[in-house]
Amino acid sequence: MKNGNTIALAGNPNSGKTTLFNRLTGARQHVGNYPGVTVEKKEGTYRRNGIKLHIVDLPGTYSLTAYSVEEVVARDFLVNEKPAVVVNIVDASNLERNLYLTTQFLELGIPVCIALNMMDVAKGRGLNIDTVKLSELMGVPVVPTIARSGKGNIDLMTVAADLASHADTIQPLKISYGADIDGALQEIEARIVAHDFLTDTYPMRWLALKYLEQDRQILEKGRRVNPELARSLEAIVEKVAAHLDETLDTYPEAVIADHRYGYISAIMKQGVLKRQYDTDRLHTSDQVDRVLTNRFLGPIIMAGVILGLYHFTFTYSELPVTWLETFFDWLGNTTAALLPDGLLQSLLVSGIIDGVGGVLGFVPLIMFMFFGIALLEDSGYLARVAFMLDRVFRIFGLHGSSVMAFIVSGGIAGGCAVPGVMATRTLKSRRERLATLLTVPFMNCGAKLPVLALLIGIFFAEQKAMLMFLFTIIAWLGALVVAKLLRVTVIRGHSTPFVMELPPYRLPTFKGLAIHTWERTWQYIKKAGTVILGISIILWAMMTFPRLSDTQLNAFERQRTAILQTAPAPVAAQLAAADEDAALTPAAQALKERLARIDGQQAETALRHSIAGRMGTAIETITRFAGFDWRTNIALIGGFAAKEVVVSTLGTAYSLGEIDPEGGESLADTLAAAPHWNPLVALSLIIFVMFYSPCFVSVACIAREAGSWKWGAFAILFNTILAFSLSVGIFQFGKTFGILNGV
Amino acid sequence: MSRILLRRMQDNQSGKIVTIKVGGEMGRRIRDMGLVPGTPIKIQGRAPLYDPVALRVRGFTLTLRNSEADYIEVEVD
Ligand SMILES: Nc1nc2c(ncn2[C@@H]2O[C@H](COP(=O)(O)OP(=O)(O)O)[C@@H](O)[C@H]2O)c(=O)[nH]1
Repeated sequence: MKNGNTIALAGNPNSGKTTLFNRLTGARQHVGNYPGVTVEKKEGTYRRNGIKLHIVDLPGTYSLTAYSVEEVVARDFLVNEKPAVVVNIVDASNLERNLYLTTQFLELGIPVCIALNMMDVAKGRGLNIDTVKLSELMGVPVVPTIARSGKGNIDLMTVAADLASHADTIQPLKISYGADIDGALQEIEARIVAHDFLTDTYPMRWLALKYLEQDRQILEKGRRVNPELARSLEAIVEKVAAHLDETLDTYPEAVIADHRYGYISAIMKQGVLKRQYDTDRLHTSDQVDRVLTNRFLGPIIMAGVILGLYHFTFTYSELPVTWLETFFDWLGNTTAALLPDGLLQSLLVSGIIDGVGGVLGFVPLIMFMFFGIALLEDSGYLARVAFMLDRVFRIFGLHGSSVMAFIVSGGIAGGCAVPGVMATRTLKSRRERLATLLTVPFMNCGAKLPVLALLIGIFFAEQKAMLMFLFTIIAWLGALVVAKLLRVTVIRGHSTPFVMELPPYRLPTFKGLAIHTWERTWQYIKKAGTVILGISIILWAMMTFPRLSDTQLNAFERQRTAILQTAPAPVAAQLAAADEDAALTPAAQALKERLARIDGQQAETALRHSIAGRMGTAIETITRFAGFDWRTNIALIGGFAAKEVVVSTLGTAYSLGEIDPEGGESLADTLAAAPHWNPLVALSLIIFVMFYSPCFVSVACIAREAGSWKWGAFAILFNTILAFSLSVGIFQFGKTFGILNGV
Repeated sequence: MSRILLRRMQDNQSGKIVTIKVGGEMGRRIRDMGLVPGTPIKIQGRAPLYDPVALRVRGFTLTLRNSEADYIEVEVD
């Protein structure tokens, strides 16, 4: 059964698949995931001239093996969902390699229609392609297109719809693979037919080929379905493999690939492809590369581009971020004013609005960052960055493309791990990607900066700039070393081959960039609405419940009354009458401050009384080894919501009432004067804040991008243990040798 | 005419692939990108730290790490 009017879009990466998909479906698209994997699944509808087609965008692949998730996903979709037609986007300027995937579709025996894209580029390079001849020789319709301008789209859909309506007679392509392989194929096919082995899903010749290619997925399936037959098939493969090894020093998989390319070359030579110029002629793109990847200029330009991206994002997003913050402040204040003091008000304002607002406040920043990355990605420059830096990152078990994620997360101090984690999508190799997304939260993101600035400002004021730089270096070192550690333990395994295409430089289209940016931003916003809302409420509850008893509350109330009563009546009256911001006489001001001190003490007591406070107090016996008291502990628990909360929670814990994370001057004075604090404690805390659990938004993103909550939990536990070990080490070392601890 | 490993090739040197001595995932990826025996290639350049190497094959640019290039034997003029 063919799947009615479903069309699958398939092709190599960089062939223009996304552009074509967006052109065909316009705004009528839906982005989801393929079941069980993190590969994006985009679907949409094409409607025009009475044709209505359901279009599914398959992941871009070079082949259909079982080596990468993308390939398995694409292949499973084709054999299980049986789309009516596969529209195979082929880059006309890169015909031979693109047709390699085409031959594999044809061998699967599914109806294929070739969209011969980038015709303009091919023409510019002096390539003349005889599309009629190509269509004849391959036995499939070929429609020339220019996805970027939309040229050829209507033809393409008409041909596809036509093919869909009478495509039942398709015969799988049969390529001859030479005597040895062909012989083995026949033998295997005969047995497959005799036993009706998996033939309801796969064409038999294709199955036989996969056996010869030692395809993991098919071998496993075979062993499950019919172990005995599977063994006999594997024996045939072993025999021919041994023979090939002996006579030609090669193996079946290689022979098959050779012949596929041979088949394509033969087609090219029959007049399909004519070159006007010499093949080795340098394209414009290559000339640009002479400069941009030059041994000396390349790295300098790269540093400039990265700094530029950084500057662009953090400078231009500042204003909209401030607007959003102002909006949420306003929303919080208005809600607070409208609702009576109490639990509901506190839940809405401190729990929901502050929590979700804090996350949504990042939206402009994330949009700008994604826009910048899309620009680098679509233009082709990101691939060059990976090319130039691969040698360095490989030492740590990472990939050249990892660099972007680190920088975005705060590699130059002051990014955000959330877009950083999401930026790892440009990494195609699974292990390297996982190692990258687990270590980017170690960078000093914008939310850690207030904490660092506060502590450095108090305890290391003289070497401020030097220390900021030092902590940036420490973050990088930590991240790279941990990445290496992960790659030799939990994410152990060979590095994925680097074999990567350097696509020609192209001028990105604004529409393409906008779509890219919006898709990723929208996913972030959706996250804020769900997981983050829940966790905000939980954290709020932990810091609110259980509440102080009436007796305790009354005690504070009595203190306030006592202060007011002992004050001279005119002063008290003036304070009561004055607006919040009104100028006060010194006496009234003093009275106001005394009252505020009581409020502060009440907040401190309430915080210590809450679940978070009790946890903080309970673990004090352990955290003492790192130099943290219960107040610091609560602040760190709060920091799980967002790192900048560490500062404001410390403020509450030191009875200072509400203080905003940027200011905190009174907190600085308090900490500087507190007997328990010294530079060593500060250093220990800085290191802890840098390395402990990522904030929950990052954890949610890690879980999503890594494909399982297991990795989210891993990030929380592993990072916290690591950070604690480091802090204990520093604190105990300093204490033992009397370094920095101010005695 | 002589046979050398791809790693030993100079910038801008051309040649023709003779053998690829690796199977598994790496062999697969290399072949999927169009590197099979008989294919003409030309070294386009190297990254600032001399690794990876960029080469022109079948009209596009491909990059390989030196450790991967070691499996590829090339016949050069
Ligand atoms: N000149 C030209 N550029 C194109 C054409 N189709 C796509 N592009 C550009 O090629 C680049 C890669 O396209 P994209 O759709 O992202 O490729 P994908 O990786 O296959 O999804 C983008 O910069 C597109 O604007 C075309 O027909 N002609």
